[in-house]
Amino acid sequence: MEKLPVFGISPDKFKPLPAGIKETIKSTRQGETYWQDARRRLKQNKLAMLGLYTIIFIILLAIFGPVFSPYSYSDQFLDKQGLGPCKEFWFGTDTLGRDLFVRVLYGARISLAVGFVASLINLTVGVIYGGIAGLAGGKVDNIMMRIVDIFYSIPLILYVILLMVLIGPGLKSIFIALGLVYWMDMARIVRAQVLSLKEQEFVMAARVLGADSKRILFRHLIPNCIGPIIITISMNIPMAIFTEAFLSFLGLGVAVPMASWGVLASDALPAIRSYPHILFFPAMAISITMLAFNFLGDGLRDALDPRLRK
Amino acid sequence: MNREEILVEVSHLKKYFASRPGFFRKRQTVVKAVDDVSFQIHRGETLGLVGESGCGKTTVGRTIIRLYPATAGKIVYAGLDITNFTEKQMFPLRKKIQMIFQDPYASLNARMTVGDIIGEPLDIHGIAAGRQRKEMIMELLNKVGLSPEHASRYPHEFSGGQRQRIGIARAMAVEPEFIICDEPLSALDVSIQAQVVNLLEDLQSKLGLTYLFIAHDLSMVKHISNRIGVMYLGKLVELASSNDLYQNPLHPYTRALLSAIPVPDPDTADQKQRIILEGDVPSPINPPEGCRFRTRCRHARTGCGESTPEMKEVEPGHFVACYLAHDGYSG
Amino acid sequence: MKNILEVKDLHTSFFTHLGEVKAVNGVSFAVGPGEVIGIVGESGSGKSVTSLSIINLLPFPGKIVGGSILFAGKELINLPEKEMQKIRGNEISIIFQDPMTSLNPVFTVGNQIMEPLVRHRGLSRDEARQKAIEMLAMVGIPSPEKRINQYPHEFSGGMRQRVMIAMALCCRPKLLIADEPTTALDVTIQAQIIELMKDLRDKTGTSIILITHDLGVVAEVCSRVIVMYAGSIIEQGNRRDIFYRPRHPYTRGLLRSVPGIRAKQKERLKPIDGQPPDLLNTAAGCPFYPRCEHAMLICAEERPSYTEFSSAHKAACWLYHPLAPRVERSI
Repeated sequence: MEKLPVFGISPDKFKPLPAGIKETIKSTRQGETYWQDARRRLKQNKLAMLGLYTIIFIILLAIFGPVFSPYSYSDQFLDKQGLGPCKEFWFGTDTLGRDLFVRVLYGARISLAVGFVASLINLTVGVIYGGIAGLAGGKVDNIMMRIVDIFYSIPLILYVILLMVLIGPGLKSIFIALGLVYWMDMARIVRAQVLSLKEQEFVMAARVLGADSKRILFRHLIPNCIGPIIITISMNIPMAIFTEAFLSFLGLGVAVPMASWGVLASDALPAIRSYPHILFFPAMAISITMLAFNFLGDGLRDALDPRLRK
Repeated sequence: MNREEILVEVSHLKKYFASRPGFFRKRQTVVKAVDDVSFQIHRGETLGLVGESGCGKTTVGRTIIRLYPATAGKIVYAGLDITNFTEKQMFPLRKKIQMIFQDPYASLNARMTVGDIIGEPLDIHGIAAGRQRKEMIMELLNKVGLSPEHASRYPHEFSGGQRQRIGIARAMAVEPEFIICDEPLSALDVSIQAQVVNLLEDLQSKLGLTYLFIAHDLSMVKHISNRIGVMYLGKLVELASSNDLYQNPLHPYTRALLSAIPVPDPDTADQKQRIILEGDVPSPINPPEGCRFRTRCRHARTGCGESTPEMKEVEPGHFVACYLAHDGYSG
Repeated sequence: MKNILEVKDLHTSFFTHLGEVKAVNGVSFAVGPGEVIGIVGESGSGKSVTSLSIINLLPFPGKIVGGSILFAGKELINLPEKEMQKIRGNEISIIFQDPMTSLNPVFTVGNQIMEPLVRHRGLSRDEARQKAIEMLAMVGIPSPEKRINQYPHEFSGGMRQRVMIAMALCCRPKLLIADEPTTALDVTIQAQIIELMKDLRDKTGTSIILITHDLGVVAEVCSRVIVMYAGSIIEQGNRRDIFYRPRHPYTRGLLRSVPGIRAKQKERLKPIDGQPPDLLNTAAGCPFYPRCEHAMLICAEERPSYTEFSSAHKAACWLYHPLAPRVERSI
């Protein structure tokens, strides 16, 4: 009846297992946190990593580049106007004889400042506005989101022109214009997230424990929206940078002799036939930055979006 | 402890969910999730609440704990009418009444460590801070059968049963006297369910807790409850001690429900004559007139459609809402 | 009689970045014609992966690593996808747990039942329609001529599962795999589906593999039972062997952790200690030893081979080695 298993095993092996051995077997399972998983997925995405390194490189250049440059952005060399790229001036000089390389680096500073302001507004106004609308729900939500709709329906150019009239052109009015616009995407996305998260049991558990709305919003809801928040920011930064370049190009932005990429490109236009390199370098800087941010943004979305997880 | 002391009294509780009329749909639809439900829970007992999905059992629990405001009726807790309490008035009671949730994955905030999850109630109510808080978290982990080193880990590192223990520890942190268990077993494996049931029973006997145990698994409810209420389509149809309910079910729905449980015993299974209910549960938007069960009841008579049967005590402690049972029918 | 399906030493793994997860680890069984065989196990036991391996529908990154699957004498492993499609839905059908997501919401139910009939059986549209109505009537859907033109959202959960069964059976498959067909349903609806499966078992002569975690369902429907744990079959036998003479400590533990519905006295449940297995860290030896009350030194070192208790009943446990101490039977 019983098929005999292999003999030749020491009878000692059939003694009970000491209790301690069982206890030492891992009592929790192996697993990755959300961030470990996201980092691994991001690292697997070569384009996104390329974008990330490019952005870091641009930031370092923008911060330290001008310090090591022998020229400042307004130094003029009247005998060296419109030089092509050479040993002395890497990107050449413009029609007024200023070093283009250092001017592009200064442009990077302005672009990055714009990106930084946009993300700051996103993080504060956008996240909190959307969070409150989603958590409150009902009438409050309805009113808050209609306000967003109204803001959305006014073209950006209109704000900018109004601001130019009121404050005059310059970085300040660009920041204010961006501030008026660049929180709305984030508000919508955070609101949608919060609306679905607040019905989840962990939020109910917090309410049952007596947590107030502030705690629920900042401890429970927003930390669980971090993925979409980062994705939105990484998509909004290049848009803000591009908007600034575009406005400056039209002459609605930063004033001379400050050098933003848009201003540089616009300055190059009159002499484009004789000195095409003056347009080429700022345009290249804009393109590379936009591409880098977009690659990183796509990579972040793939890495952070829970719907794409397996 | 006085067994007869009434801790929770729910009378004529109603909870309707109204959909907002939309742009295209002018008419408002009302879902009568809980429609006129009354019961009492004695201090120290476990009241089971069973029924199929959509019967309103979860809504009853959430309305008692004021996650939803009641549409009508009264909820009295330890002599206090809490039906219309504001959040501020409820705050001290949040330490007395707690809840254990169904989904061990959704009920823990994935971004918090286990220690912070269990420590949150301590922070909210200012119970402990610093060293003392840490010690209390360790003690709570111990109480639910987890080890202290688990405090620094994140929920995703734990299995379903362990997560449910974390949820229990969180509820126990405020030292409550009444706990609403909202289907705490239905997401767990069979061998783990028994662990959690034993833990709940141990805590109850040690701390004198009172439970409202909501579930759809009748065999576990029978095991853990002193008394059981059966719900169908927003109404309580039968309420009796758990032995009475299983030995002598009076409502035709209870009988069908009991006979539907598959038994892990081949011989009984082969002999069993099952009462198969025809069709599906009607929609709670437009429930049948009169007795709500009559559309699926094989004993339904003309009278059943005319008025809604009330809960009546037909035997001591055994309430049923069925005209046939009121008339003393059996079989 | 020749077996319809023979699975021999099947190994299926998921290759994740954390390492190889051995979801199915050396599974062998056979299904005879007209036989209803139950596979029980908890989450992570590999019961669903086994069935998905048979029809070659493993989700990424799952892969069959070794073994053989003979269906009606034909090897299914490494069969070209074209050939597999001819078998799937035609000779082997599968129904899934969630009837909500298994039907395509944009086609009528009739269309979805008719599709395999037209494709596999070469029926004309009219013939297929006639057949579809017949099938819907067979699975107990009232007024099938009308219902056939409706969309899935017009059906309730129980009705959808019936439609799924009708769809699975319309090509008269030799083998039906039902993967947790009643888990998402309410108790009374589950009872309807169980009765329907019993009915089909007696009427159609199709072999059925029923995968479930519910011992009760197995006891009601199946003639033979396979118990899986951590990717291995730890015990298999006839229904009465498993329920009345379980040999493996896990099977015993599983049966003990379900409360007896007829028990009058409230008894403390006897759960299986510990947590479900983590398939990423499979240790050497018996997969169950970390949770086993009888664990011996050898259990941690070497995998036990099967001990046969009768021609149909065998279990993989070191306790049945001649050198092992006698353990009192506690069930």
